Amino acid sequence: MSVQAWTFVLVGLSFALYIGIAIWSRAHSTSEFYVAGTGVSPLANGMATAADWMSAASFISMAGIISFRGYDGSVYLMGWTGGYVLLALLLAPYLRKFGAYTVPDFVGDRYYSQTARIVAVVCAIFVSFTYVAGQMRGVGIVFSRFLEVPIEVGVFIGMGIVFFYAVLGGMKGITYTQVAQYCVLIFAYLVPAIFLSLLITGNVVPQIGFGGVDQTSGTFLLDRLNDLHRELGFAAYTSGEKSTIDIFFITAALMAGTAGLPHVIIRFYTVPKVRDARISVGYALVFIALLYTAAPAVAVFARTNLLNTVSEQPYSEMPEWFSTWEDTGLISFDDRNGDGVIQYVGPEARDAAGSPIENELTIDQDIIVLANPEISGLPNWVIGLVAAGGLAAALSTAAGLLLVVSSAVSHDLLKRSFRPDITERGELIAARVSAGLAVMVAGYLGINPPGFVAEVVAFAFGLAAASFFPAIIMGIFSKRMNREGAVLGMIAGITFTASYIVFFKFIDPSANTAEYWWFGISPEGIGTLGMLVNFAVALTVSRFTPAPPPRIAELVERIRVPRGAGEAHEISA
Amino acid sequence: MTLPPDRRAVSGEGYWRKNLTYVGMLLVVWFVISYGAGILFVEPLNRIRLPGTGFPLGFWFAQQGSIYVFVVLIFVYVFLMNRLDREFGVDEDAE
Repeated sequence: MSVQAWTFVLVGLSFALYIGIAIWSRAHSTSEFYVAGTGVSPLANGMATAADWMSAASFISMAGIISFRGYDGSVYLMGWTGGYVLLALLLAPYLRKFGAYTVPDFVGDRYYSQTARIVAVVCAIFVSFTYVAGQMRGVGIVFSRFLEVPIEVGVFIGMGIVFFYAVLGGMKGITYTQVAQYCVLIFAYLVPAIFLSLLITGNVVPQIGFGGVDQTSGTFLLDRLNDLHRELGFAAYTSGEKSTIDIFFITAALMAGTAGLPHVIIRFYTVPKVRDARISVGYALVFIALLYTAAPAVAVFARTNLLNTVSEQPYSEMPEWFSTWEDTGLISFDDRNGDGVIQYVGPEARDAAGSPIENELTIDQDIIVLANPEISGLPNWVIGLVAAGGLAAALSTAAGLLLVVSSAVSHDLLKRSFRPDITERGELIAARVSAGLAVMVAGYLGINPPGFVAEVVAFAFGLAAASFFPAIIMGIFSKRMNREGAVLGMIAGITFTASYIVFFKFIDPSANTAEYWWFGISPEGIGTLGMLVNFAVALTVSRFTPAPPPRIAELVERIRVPRGAGEAHEISA
Repeated sequence: MTLPPDRRAVSGEGYWRKNLTYVGMLLVVWFVISYGAGILFVEPLNRIRLPGTGFPLGFWFAQQGSIYVFVVLIFVYVFLMNRLDREFGVDEDAE
């Protein structure tokens, strides 16, 4: 069967599965819609969290970024997994004990303030939409490349599927679909990784294989890759170019951002007990680690393969995948010296006479994972599987994010702020309508992506790190933290972080170099400083303003011990 | 809350302090492995190789080792806290 036939079959089967689950798991109450009735087993929640968390960025882009940046790509590996340690130790069990439906719910109640709630709602909606746009773009790319339908049609199909199970099943439908999506995506990621590892190193475990011996050259694969990099004028693969302080701050921003992202946090509201919340973070990280430890291996295999395939080879002899990806514009060749041979070189490349060699090949990092099976000549069904996996990753994350938006509107804005007298039935309808609207906005953003999607992802993490993370931590660990401190802290953190990013990304992009950055911290890492600003402002302000009322101290006492989690569900205002 | 108020205060205090100690210890390991071995000391560690492999040690910590350690840290925390919950009678089994 052809690649396209296999892709149709595998994508079609996976979609049929998601729809079947959606019909089986419809939501009948707001509790089921928002938190799946808190009846999800820790293991299932771990899988759902892994799918919820691993987006098109993790599945499609991450190995590619690492492949091009080598050691510098480690920030994503450590940042996007280390955050789970913070989540398990500092957030998840307490938030489960608190027993709310949304993240703004916690912020609003703990800081006895509608202002705090609204600030949290705005942050949650902004962060989630930013993220969703990227997912829908991923869906569009996969459809247009593998099924050769226009990007718009691809996005419509994706929207239709998400609409079906998110609107029908809410968190309940999303949870069980995500469990299925996790299985699809991890299988789709590991199969090619194992194939590649066997081909290149003869080791069946990719995580070990990339530290092993390259079968063609007989030297360690990483040494071979470093040599290739040196010959072609790239920085050494295992060392990287970014400054230590920047790596440090980016990693910290990604970790705190991960722990503060609302769509991840709400997953831990869905389990029955505090103890389940703790262990399910552990399961989630195991499931995530399966992909995250394979990604750097895939990156090394792909990089070696790519350099061997294209470097100094005649353009006319390029394999078929080269021209199909050229058509999508994700790979482009410009024969500057007119010799018909591809020079793919780094900035330090010199010829025998010592004069610089010009690079002629531009490759988008997103194609590394998607084109890898073709580059290595793996069977057609593996290529179709990768397409199904990429879609699973993008759709599962999109659904989780859309639920955050819908519950922020129907629960936090309507029920808890403007229409407290709304009935259970009315709230459920409002939740469904806002989920439906959110899907449409997401689809629009996917078809007409704002030109700055990549840039705003830095925003999402920076903002979550500078706003939610400190507010929630202090809400649990400090009884003295009051409304004034938390609100001003969040506002200071967000304003600081957003201004820095907006300045370097939009107002003066030409100044976006290490020379002009404060302390050498790039906009990607500034969320860490924003977080420290938030903590500093909050702690200072709370000293000079009245302590929170006694009922808040009792609330904090209560969330610190596990017993009694079942009772505290529908919280009184 | 099922415990009487006075006992709750006493047990709550000791329980919370122990919890903070566990969290503090585990976060020290978390920091040393990721920010220490994977970032601040990555260059000197890269001069050593993980025995029998092609991995420079610092690079390995940044791209593999730190993730394995994170997983272990969470399971250790779960074990310690479940034990602590039972010790102070605040676990959820009795409910």
